[in-house]
This record gives sequence, structure tokens and C-alpha cells, in this order.
Amino acid sequence: MRIAPALAVIGLVALFGAPAHAFEIKQVTSPGGITAWLVEDHTLPIVSMQLGFIGGSANDPPDKPGLANFTFDLLDEGAGALDATAFKGRLEDLAASYDLSVDNDLLNVSLRTLSANFGPALDLVHSSLTEPTFSDQAVARVRGQLVASLERAAHEPHSIANRLWWNQEMPGHPYGVPGRGTPGSVARITSDDLRGFVRGRLAKDVLLIGVVGDITAQELAPLLDKTFGALPAHAAPSAVIEAAPRVTPELLLATLPIPQSVVVFGQPGIKRADPDWYAAYLVMHVLGGGGLTSRLSLEVREKRGLAYNVYAGLEPLLHGGVIQGGVATENARVGESIDLIRAEWRRMRDQGPNAAELAAAKTYLTGSFPLGLDSTLRVAELLVIMQRDHLGLDYLSRRNALINGVSVADARRVARKLLDPDALIFTVVGAPENLKGARAVEPTGG
Amino acid sequence: MTGRIAAILVALACMTIGAGAAPAATFAADSFTLPNGLQVAVIPNHRAPIVSQMVWYKVGGADEPRGVSGIAHFLEHLMFRGTKNVAPGEFSRIVADNGGHENAFTTHDETAFYQDVAADRLETVMRLEADRMANLDIKDETLLPERQVIIEERHMRVDNNPMGLFRQALDAALYLNHPYRIPVIGWPQEMSVLTSAEARDFYRTWYAPNNAVLVISGDVDPTRVKALAEKYFGPIPGHPVPKRARASEPPRVASETLTMKSPRVTEPSWLRAYLAPSYTSGAREQAYALQVLAEVLGGGDTSRLYKELVVDKKLALNAAAYYDPTSLDLASFGLYATVAKGVAVEDMQAAMVRLVGETLRDGVAPAEVARAEKRMQAESLYAQDSLDGLGESVGAALAAGRTVKDVQEWPERIGAVTVDQVNAALRAVVRDDKSVTGILLPEPTS
Repeated sequence: MRIAPALAVIGLVALFGAPAHAFEIKQVTSPGGITAWLVEDHTLPIVSMQLGFIGGSANDPPDKPGLANFTFDLLDEGAGALDATAFKGRLEDLAASYDLSVDNDLLNVSLRTLSANFGPALDLVHSSLTEPTFSDQAVARVRGQLVASLERAAHEPHSIANRLWWNQEMPGHPYGVPGRGTPGSVARITSDDLRGFVRGRLAKDVLLIGVVGDITAQELAPLLDKTFGALPAHAAPSAVIEAAPRVTPELLLATLPIPQSVVVFGQPGIKRADPDWYAAYLVMHVLGGGGLTSRLSLEVREKRGLAYNVYAGLEPLLHGGVIQGGVATENARVGESIDLIRAEWRRMRDQGPNAAELAAAKTYLTGSFPLGLDSTLRVAELLVIMQRDHLGLDYLSRRNALINGVSVADARRVARKLLDPDALIFTVVGAPENLKGARAVEPTGG
Repeated sequence: MTGRIAAILVALACMTIGAGAAPAATFAADSFTLPNGLQVAVIPNHRAPIVSQMVWYKVGGADEPRGVSGIAHFLEHLMFRGTKNVAPGEFSRIVADNGGHENAFTTHDETAFYQDVAADRLETVMRLEADRMANLDIKDETLLPERQVIIEERHMRVDNNPMGLFRQALDAALYLNHPYRIPVIGWPQEMSVLTSAEARDFYRTWYAPNNAVLVISGDVDPTRVKALAEKYFGPIPGHPVPKRARASEPPRVASETLTMKSPRVTEPSWLRAYLAPSYTSGAREQAYALQVLAEVLGGGDTSRLYKELVVDKKLALNAAAYYDPTSLDLASFGLYATVAKGVAVEDMQAAMVRLVGETLRDGVAPAEVARAEKRMQAESLYAQDSLDGLGESVGAALAAGRTVKDVQEWPERIGAVTVDQVNAALRAVVRDDKSVTGILLPEPTS
């Protein structure tokens, strides 16, 4: 790879522990004005790149949910002069993995390849984002795969419970509509829709870039222009309105003849930028965080064996947050699990976490954070999330203090304000016995 | 889908991939055995100040006495429920308080436990792991809720999922006599009556330093690891462990087709499985060629099966081949497809059989083999781009009586596989007259 002339490198921030282990995030700006965040790591001869385009499935037209997802399923199915098989063959020859996925608020692209192949792999990325083919053959094949996958999900208990829950929690908002669409909506999407999506949404002003691995800022800068310079300057305006999560309780039952009832539950939450974010994060870790030590896990799993897994946590979306959790319990006892979750929700609302619980949550959430950053791709993903959430280049050096600065009084205040056991919505899929007060719905409805 | 997922890594002398050459990437590992028989491997990796500890016991579901299926996995769960020195739940609480992640898993051949923690917390988790190797305290009051937990785990993974149930039926058909026919999670009627005496007996019989492997990977100094291992694991006395005398497979003389219908299945699936050698059983020299074969036949969207059945003939929505060489006894090689809408299963099967027949007759092409091998070698480099990838490969190899060198030389051995070896392995293993075919069909609801 040729060395490009020096260019603007704006910020340098040291991170994490002893100098031997520190890594720095550099902000790299290309001659053409495209910005990326970069962590150089020359341990292995590989480079990972994560892209995030702000604006996800929530931006889909109301009559065509699933457009973003369908388009992203097709971006590696032929582009430029290459048909689908040739495009994938070229990726394989470059030993590159290229993954495309869609969230409510973000379009995700990730690439990992050998550093020696990074330039040629970026040529494929460029082609995929600017000149995807959408051949009739590829569109028909991927549509068939997608419809089959949606039909399968319509029979899968957790997918049903999750879809019903979002529909109840976010009435009248795109968040309440399945992001992958329905078999019917996917059938309506045309090649013109796909092309319009690429032109309207894959633009420079909504693009966030994170790069990690065996590459320097000088090498990266010209590649940014070559790869992304031809994208439109501006994305089509977003029409997504602020969400108003529902604040009244519900217990929905979709009957399915299976031995274990699958439950999704939750209530309104907060956004990532909320000033109480860290206190809420700690409170929810104590109540329903991962592992076997949360209050929900102790009551539902450890003491009573009611479930293999029970959890609840914050889910911050761009236009409104929720708290969501899940549990699965044999049909005869699922009512008991639901009662316990309500009771623990109420106890946490009324009393908050105690000092020992809060201290344990702090050591866990500060101590475990680096464990999730063990691969180049995961660090690249973090770089995009930090940009999306405006956390700043120095966020990682401030994160521990932000968590440790939450007092027991803060946590109690936020628990009382945030948690509402009387607003919990439960959606149950299965054949529960003795579940009182449930409103029956069709598994395929909603 | 192929064995490369499980069997990974490293010491790439100097490999050339696609457009560019990758510099040498090596991984070093120290291994030694303590006087009490505990095998130890240390894999230093200084990219981040974190460490992973794994303990592998050379015992799994296939070593259970007849009639107590699931006891190996149940014991894995009970290992978290207290020892003479550590109260129930305390293990997980200490790991969490130290910001660590933990989990465990059980296969037919081994039971493994792991923790990922900050490098300076290694001593804490080593003390805990050594303690439960010798001092487990199984009580009825903790056993009973945990038995409910594994039953809920079975409901979640198997009973709620038609494909989960069907795969258990297929394994029971493929293995006529060997205990691989029994699911690791257990048969439900046997799981529900597992006792503390059975768990205690299994623990006393199989859990011993001379039947275990300790793997430490991450930001550590091997000398210090050795001192810690001697301090905590060294004092645990070894004891004789039975030979793993498993019932063996008779020659297979017939083919068989299993059919299952479910109203929760939306599109037909088709599988065909053949008994195959593994690294440690049968014609072992074919284990590498079979991995290359699985990649050529059905490893991704440019493979023979996908191109022919999905892209060209449009008879299937997906098609793949799978093979995992790491089982202690005979492995299975398999072909898989989901059938496209409006296509009869028989027509898809006929096309599959024709394609495999042509491959058997004409053999695979040199270019296909070269491309598959390059791609697999690159995957082995990517496996180093994580904390746990190497440790898992090394632990699995040592637990199966293989060596660190086997893992280090994997890329070379894959690269040395010839076209003739792939064709010979194909003709030896892919024998339809000795196969088991599974067809999972939708059942229309009236």
C-alpha cells in the first residue's frame, strides 16, 4: 500500500490502563472532508471497518415496511460489473467478510479483511454502495429467502412475542412495525424502491466510519475519498416523529401448542442522551442485568428454577427509549414468573438498589467493559456507536468516572422516576395454565 | 458450517491470499503437566489487559451410564451451586464483582468452564475454579430448582422448536449403537428424575486434575501462570479415572429416511447425513480432506450446492454442507437444504442427488480446492482476532488427546490437502446406501 501525504489528524486520546495497553482513537479527515475514527493496531495483518448510516427501518415508507432490510440484503448480491456469484467470489478471494444489517435507527455495514487486501476490498464496498445491480434474478431469489424467513419467524414463539410487544408499546409509530416487514409488504417492494433507497439514504452527511487494525491514518485518508467520495452529499430528510411509548399495562396471550410459554415484557424507558442514563443503567443492571446475579435471576431462576434465562434492560432508540425484558417458563407456572417480575419491579421502584448492590454493579460494568473489546471488529463497532451518540473522542477515559459518580441517592431517585410496575406490558406466547386477566390475540395478528 | 468453526488455528508461515500476501502470523503456546496430572496450556496475547481461563474435563454426555441421560450437563449446572468453601451463587457473584464474564458448556465429549476477567484478577478465578474441581457440595435444596432450570433449558432449545426435536430423532437414527444417539441435554423422562446421588457419583468418578485441561490465554506471563497453577490446582490429589469405554458403531448396512410434520414448520427442510471419520476415530487421515470437501460442496454462496440448487435451478432457498472433525468418536458429514416455495421435496432431492453423483463421478476441480483452502487459512488468522478463539481450539484439542501442535499446524495441513485426497474422502464417506435422510415438512392446520 502506498503511503499518502500527511493529512489532518485532529484528536489523540489515550485509553485504558497502563501505557503498554493504551489504545488511541484518532480522528482522520480525508482531503475530501470525510471523517473516520481510527484505532491503529498492528498486532495482526488485518483491518476491520464499521459503517453506520443514520436512519434505519423506522424511515421505511408506511406502506412498505422492510424496504431498508430488503435493500441491505441485496447490496452484496451483485454490483458494478459483477453478478452475485462473482461479487461473493471476489470477496472470498480477498478473504473478506462483508456483513450488512439494519436496525431501527441505523444501517450497518461491516468489513474485515487482510490489511494487504483492504484497498481492493474497499473497491467492492464502493461498488456495493453506489452501483448495486438489483438484477431481477437476485431480487427474486432474495425476496424468496426473505419471505420464507418472515414466515418462519411468524411461527417462532419469541419472534411472535417480540413483535406483539413492540406493537403494543409503540402504537402508531414505525418502532411498532416489524423492521423486516411482512411477507405482504416485501412482495410490494419494487426495484425502483430499492434504487430510490440507495440514492436517498446512503449519503455522506449521515455516514459514520470506524476503522481498526493494521493501517495508518495516512494510508486511510485517501481511501475514504475513493470509497465514499461519490456518495450523495445529503440524505433525504427523515420523517420519523418522536415516539410516545404506551404507559398503560397490558397482558396479551397468543396461544400456541408448545410446552413452554415465551414472554416479552417492558415499559417506556429513556434515551441515551438522558442526564440520568448512568444511574438508570446501574439500576437496570441490578434488576435484570446479564448473568446469574441480578434480582430477577435470583428470584426466577436461582431460587425457583422457573426459567433458564430472565433479563431486562434499557433499549435506547433515537426517537424514544424503552425498557425490555424476556423470560420463558413452563406453561403451568408462567403466571408465577410474571407475578415475580411485577413484584421485583415494584420493590426496585419503591426502594432502589442498596449500597452493596450498587457498588457491585459499578465494579461489574466498569471491569467487564474491556472484555467486549477483544477483536478489531468489536472496537470498530464501538467507534461508530460513540459517534452516533456524540460521546466524544475522550469518552472511554471518562466512562468509569461517569459510572462511579452515581450515588445511592441518585440511583433511588432514578429507580422511582423510571420504573412503573403498573405500566408493564407483557406479551405471552404458549399454552399457559392459570394465567389470569390475559387478552387473547392471534399469533399471526397484530 | 464446516469444521473450521471448531478447529482453528495458527502459525501461518507465510501465506498468500488473493491480491496480497499476508505477513507471517504465529502463535506461541507453553504447555506442561503438573505432578497430579493436570495438563496446562498458556497462550500469551498482549493486545488488551484481559485474560481467559478455561477448564476442560474429559467427560461428556457420551460417558453417562445408560438411563441417566443429561447427568453430565446437569452436573455442569451444579458446579455453580456451591462447594464446601463457597456458598451457592457465590462463585458467580465473585466473578461479577470482579467485572468478569463466565459460562460453561457440555458436549458429548467434554465439559468446559470459563471466565474472562481483567488480567490482574486471574488469581481470584483460578482459586475458585480449583476449589470446585475438588470440593463440590451437592445439596437437594439447590439441586431441585436447578433440575427445573435444565428442563426449561430443554424446552427452550428443543421442545419449543420443531427442528430441535427433529435433529434429536436424526442423531438417534444415524448412530445405531454409539451414545452419540442420546442428546447431551437428556431425554425428558430421564432428566426429570435425576438425583443428587447420580450427580455426586458422576462428579467423583470423572472430575479430577488428571482428567482435566487448564487453558489460560491473554495478557499473562507463563512463569507466573505456572506458579499460580501449582499453588491452586497443584494440591488437588489425582485419582484413577475409568477408561472411556463407549459402545461402538456396527457397520451400517441400510439407508433410512425419517419424516416429521409440524404445523409450526413453514417450508420443507431436507438433510442427509453420513457417518464420517474424525481427527481421532476411523480413517483419521481423511479428516482434513473432508473439511475442504465441505467447503467446496457447501461452504457459502459460491459453493457447488448453493450455485446449482439456489442460484441456477432455484429449487432451494438455502443449501450447505457441514462437517465437524473434532468429535472423539465417529463424526458425521451432512448435506442440507431448505426447499423453495412451490417445489416438491422430491424434485429438490433428485437435483441434489444428481449434483452429488456428478461430483462423485468427475471429482472436484483443482481451482475449487485451492480457493477453499485459501479461504479456510484466512479464517484461522481471524480466529486470533479475539480473546477466546485460540483458547477454545487448544482446549478442545487437548481434551480430545490431541496436541497444541495439531492446532498450530492446522493451516499447513489444510493447505497440503490435494484434489485426489478430497475425491478419495468424498467417495469413502458420501455413500447414499448408508445414509440417513431427514425430511421436515409443514403440516397444514385445518
